[in-house]
Amino acid sequence: MKKKAFIEKTARTIFVACAVVAIFAVCGITLYMFIKGAPALMEVGVFDLLFKNIWKPTADTPYYGIGYIVLASIVGTTTSVLLGVPIGLFTAVFISEMAGKITGNVERSAIELLAAIPSVIYGLIGMMVLNPLMFGLEQKIFAGDTTHQFTGGANMLSAIIVLTIMILPTVISVSTSSLKAVSDNLRAASLALGATKEQTIFKVVIPAAKSGILTGAVLGIGRALGEAMAINMVAGGAVNIPLPFNSVRTLTTQIVSEMGYAQGLHRQVLFTVGLVLYLFIMIVNYVLLKARKAGVDNDD
Amino acid sequence: MMTNKRRIIDFTLRFLIYICSLFSVLLLIGIIVYVLVKGMSTISISFLTSVTSVLKGTVGIAGNIVNTIIIILITMVIAIPIGVGSAIYLNEYATPGKVVTVIEYATETLTGIPSIIFGLFGMMFFGERLGLGYCLLTGSLTLIIMVLPLITRNTQEALKTVPDSYRNGAYGLGSGKWYMIRTILLPSAMPGIITGAILAIGRIVGESAALLFTAGSAKMLPKGIKGLMAKPFQSGGTLTIQMYLSATSEGDFDTAFGIAVVLLIVVLAINLVTKALTKHFDVTRRE
Repeated sequence: MKKKAFIEKTARTIFVACAVVAIFAVCGITLYMFIKGAPALMEVGVFDLLFKNIWKPTADTPYYGIGYIVLASIVGTTTSVLLGVPIGLFTAVFISEMAGKITGNVERSAIELLAAIPSVIYGLIGMMVLNPLMFGLEQKIFAGDTTHQFTGGANMLSAIIVLTIMILPTVISVSTSSLKAVSDNLRAASLALGATKEQTIFKVVIPAAKSGILTGAVLGIGRALGEAMAINMVAGGAVNIPLPFNSVRTLTTQIVSEMGYAQGLHRQVLFTVGLVLYLFIMIVNYVLLKARKAGVDNDD
Repeated sequence: MMTNKRRIIDFTLRFLIYICSLFSVLLLIGIIVYVLVKGMSTISISFLTSVTSVLKGTVGIAGNIVNTIIIILITMVIAIPIGVGSAIYLNEYATPGKVVTVIEYATETLTGIPSIIFGLFGMMFFGERLGLGYCLLTGSLTLIIMVLPLITRNTQEALKTVPDSYRNGAYGLGSGKWYMIRTILLPSAMPGIITGAILAIGRIVGESAALLFTAGSAKMLPKGIKGLMAKPFQSGGTLTIQMYLSATSEGDFDTAFGIAVVLLIVVLAINLVTKALTKHFDVTRRE
């Protein structure tokens, strides 16, 4: 009997240990981000580091202003979400409201597959297809312009297009489930009042699924902010003000492209870039939690 | 007049919906066809079984395939027990309260952290603090944290579908909790656990940002059993890392597209297997 109690106790302890691994991981990551990211903030100065725009880490008198890098991340994320959410929502409407069983399933499987494709493949195709297209466009628009620095098509616009495509699966799958969760009574009532199918969808079903769609959008923001490799392959390699045809660096690509060789303070500044990204993600996570909670409260 | 305007709006909206949904499908077909057309000619037996070497004049990704498999094995061997154990605690032992909320919040947070942050943390903690340097083990340890939520979540879902009557039946026959978990719960939850594991493998195969600064980029094949045993402690690039390097610094697009074909096929296979598994084992859908 004693042996049995011992086994039960050991099992429980082991399971508890497994469960707290997640807590340790989150605490460890947070701690390391701050410990490694904070020193450069002190050394360079909070304002000079975060809001100045000149990035010359290897010059004789180095400048470590990441203003444009932060801005590029914000612009890229916002634009791609503004583009991706409507496209994703329309697709979700098709799956949930219009498609038959077979077409809906085909569309769903396609979306699942898109989500599973590794980001380096998106990057590779972006390099081979999107960048030449952009270069052609660039040559047309800036023909005869002497001040424009030609990028060969690796620019902000390419990054935005790749990001938009990459957040689509997230937005679509979350929106689809929330549209599907809307009660059929609402649809029937609206149709019975003489509304057309489109009116029903846009005036009744979508507003009812609002919180789920919002969750999808926030998840999209998180994905777009954190995407590194694909963007690094298509966005070019210079720190610039994030205009459509400028080659840009975002928070993630800055780390990917310079961490390999950075030394001393330069390396510490890259850790600060990581910290800034981490803080952004934590804000997104917090908003997500609130959005989910609001969704649950609505359902009650 | 009013109905006319309405009709135009309705038509436009319907048109947009069809265009957008067509876009995703065409995109997928486009990606698959493009990668296959560009990469199929690179794929050959020697591409899959040899190592790129200027001396021998061979181009191949065998070393990267071995590295990928080693990383998957180490990661799964550690992540599955921890993830499943965590799910069992959350579902079977814990009573709803502060502790559970904190653990679930932590799991949720881990899901939202981008892989480049995991990569940074892995490099700083496992690589530098623990002194492992760039090696497959560092990469695996980093990936364990990354895929943990996936395994926990799927196991939890599976445990929830096991009816309470199973548990009570086992208790009624005099079983202890651990015995019940081992003989009743785990076998019933197995499909969910396997699904989670396969999804995690898919994530590892496609992962690049978390591995760039943790696992390194070496592409040699380990020599013999001894070399294989030492491999976890040496630098090694997975398929995705090699593809990234081929496409950027090495400018070797043939290899990049060849690897893209391999990755695409693996991802496709994983997708089909998980689909078949969930369909086969989903109790609610079978009714």
